[in-house]
Amino acid sequence: MGVAAIEVTGLGKTYRLGDVFVEALKGVNLSISAGEFLAVMGPSGSGKTTLMNVLGCLDRPTSGTYRLDGEEVGGLSRDGRAILRRSRIGFVFQGFNLLSRLSARENVELPMIYDGTTAPVRRERADAALSSVGLADRAHHLPSQLSGGQQQRVAIARAIVNTPALILADEPTGNLDSSTSEEIMGIFQRLNDERGITMVLVTHETDIALFAKRVIRFLDGRMVEDRPVADRHRPSAPPETEG
Amino acid sequence: MNLYSAGMVAFRSLRANKMRSILTMLGMIIGVAAVIIMVAIGAGANQRISAQIASVGSNLLLVIPGSTTSGGLRSGFGGAPTLTMADARAIGKELSAVRATSPTMRSSGPVVYGNQNWSTILQGGAPAYLEMREWNVVSGRNFTAQEMDAASKVCLLGQTVSDYLFGDDDPVGKIVRIKQSPFTVVGILDRKGQSPQGQDQDDVVVLPITTMQKKLSGSARAGSVGVILVQAIDADSVKTAEQQVIELLRQRHRIGQEGTDDFSVRNLSEMLALAESATRIMSLLLGGIASVSLLVGGIGIMNIMLVSVTERTREIGIRMAVGARERDILSQFLIEAVILALTGGAVGILLGAGGAVLTSYFAGWTTVISPAAVFLAFGFSAAVGIFFGFYPARKASRMDPIEALRYE
Repeated sequence: MGVAAIEVTGLGKTYRLGDVFVEALKGVNLSISAGEFLAVMGPSGSGKTTLMNVLGCLDRPTSGTYRLDGEEVGGLSRDGRAILRRSRIGFVFQGFNLLSRLSARENVELPMIYDGTTAPVRRERADAALSSVGLADRAHHLPSQLSGGQQQRVAIARAIVNTPALILADEPTGNLDSSTSEEIMGIFQRLNDERGITMVLVTHETDIALFAKRVIRFLDGRMVEDRPVADRHRPSAPPETEG
Repeated sequence: MNLYSAGMVAFRSLRANKMRSILTMLGMIIGVAAVIIMVAIGAGANQRISAQIASVGSNLLLVIPGSTTSGGLRSGFGGAPTLTMADARAIGKELSAVRATSPTMRSSGPVVYGNQNWSTILQGGAPAYLEMREWNVVSGRNFTAQEMDAASKVCLLGQTVSDYLFGDDDPVGKIVRIKQSPFTVVGILDRKGQSPQGQDQDDVVVLPITTMQKKLSGSARAGSVGVILVQAIDADSVKTAEQQVIELLRQRHRIGQEGTDDFSVRNLSEMLALAESATRIMSLLLGGIASVSLLVGGIGIMNIMLVSVTERTREIGIRMAVGARERDILSQFLIEAVILALTGGAVGILLGAGGAVLTSYFAGWTTVISPAAVFLAFGFSAAVGIFFGFYPARKASRMDPIEALRYE
């Protein structure tokens, strides 16, 4: 459980905007070993979000190969990618992206609704995921009744509920204050340490990137820097989580 | 995603937009209710025609006297006494396609019992008359062939006459006076209701035609009869019987190749079949008009589903990101549309049934709500939901998850 090895070679992605072709990724080679915690940095338009979309199987590369755990997934069909997303990849977004009409627990249950998990099992696993991010007592709250940090923790619970091998977080702390951001990063570190889930994090804040084990930097669709983090940040106060 | 989860998801999002869902359903409700009411009215009209056909009797031909040219004056059918008892007997005995026949005669006059009197139709016929008209005797008996031959003064009363003259008393065996002559009441006729022309068919006294000719009419028409009622052996031989009757009568009346018939033959079932098909066309027309409103309801569903898909683009993106396949999104929105259509349909059926009951109560029209119409309306609602829900649902399922997630 929780092992993902990403192998990307010559990855290119070209968008068409009207008559103009935009090269968002220009032949990226990247290798991420299982259990790694990678931060992707770069200015907007550098291609980091496109890379995330391809790694998350939300998008297909126009050239190059993408192997996830040795399996070529760049050419999968829409449905094939959907099944891959719900079984092996968890997403955490900047804007939380919770469904506002559903309670915290129902939001966490969402990925399991589509793989045929029975209702009692869904409930049990959703509750376990919620308590692992410290929100066991908020299961019935609607997103609007939760703080930003709590909403993001619900989103993390949703990302881990199907025991993915890989979590992709796109600016997860962009909407949060610094202490809440630290809290969230602490949870990511713990999931990475304890469960060995491979983490890929997009951020433009250097402070946040330093919670990772390795930082890569993008510029104009190319990877321009790749270095390990020497002095890794840890959350100053222990996050209010358990399990 | 199983159907139950999909149904729950759909139900919840409909509940989140209560007002909009109800207004959308209203289109379906009105459409389905209109169809149900119109079909009920049409079916009611059909039923009435069928009942009238049954009340006239089946496979009947009417032979109507008249149209002779005498002294340059051409009288219309029924205007001259050209048919005779002998004609009626010949039709009954000689023709292979004829099962029964009865000469008839109609006049009117007062019927008196005690100090009650009632002016009514006097209907003369042969003993076979009642059976041919599928008219039962509820009390007492029909008159016999012997009574017919002897021109006995016996009669049967229709329900209306019986009610007016006797009230709750049993008239059988009592003596009534018709045009001053005493008649014995031998039977009471079953209730028959209105004729296709709207006359009260129970306001009648039936008696042997011979008695009527000899005791009640002047001697001028002795031996002549009014309409001869002819019953073919079955529905298929009505046409044959008609031909045989025409040939026989032309022969008996010595009408040559070029001569004009002094009688005419009418096919009653044919006339009523015509009325029936007119009613059917009317109900089809009504149903068609009502279906248009159902169509409009369906377009309303499509409209609101398209709005809903656009509004929920981000939700669709989220669902796709966490692993919903195309068919999961498709079924979610399709089920929403079908729930809208079916709920609207169910309410519409109830409203339509209520409307039909009110229509028959206030307008006095017969309405019939058949289970087939209800099932059809329900099935049609589901079909409308699927048909008009499919395009928006497909649009939702084809969204690009990245675009959808970025949607504000």
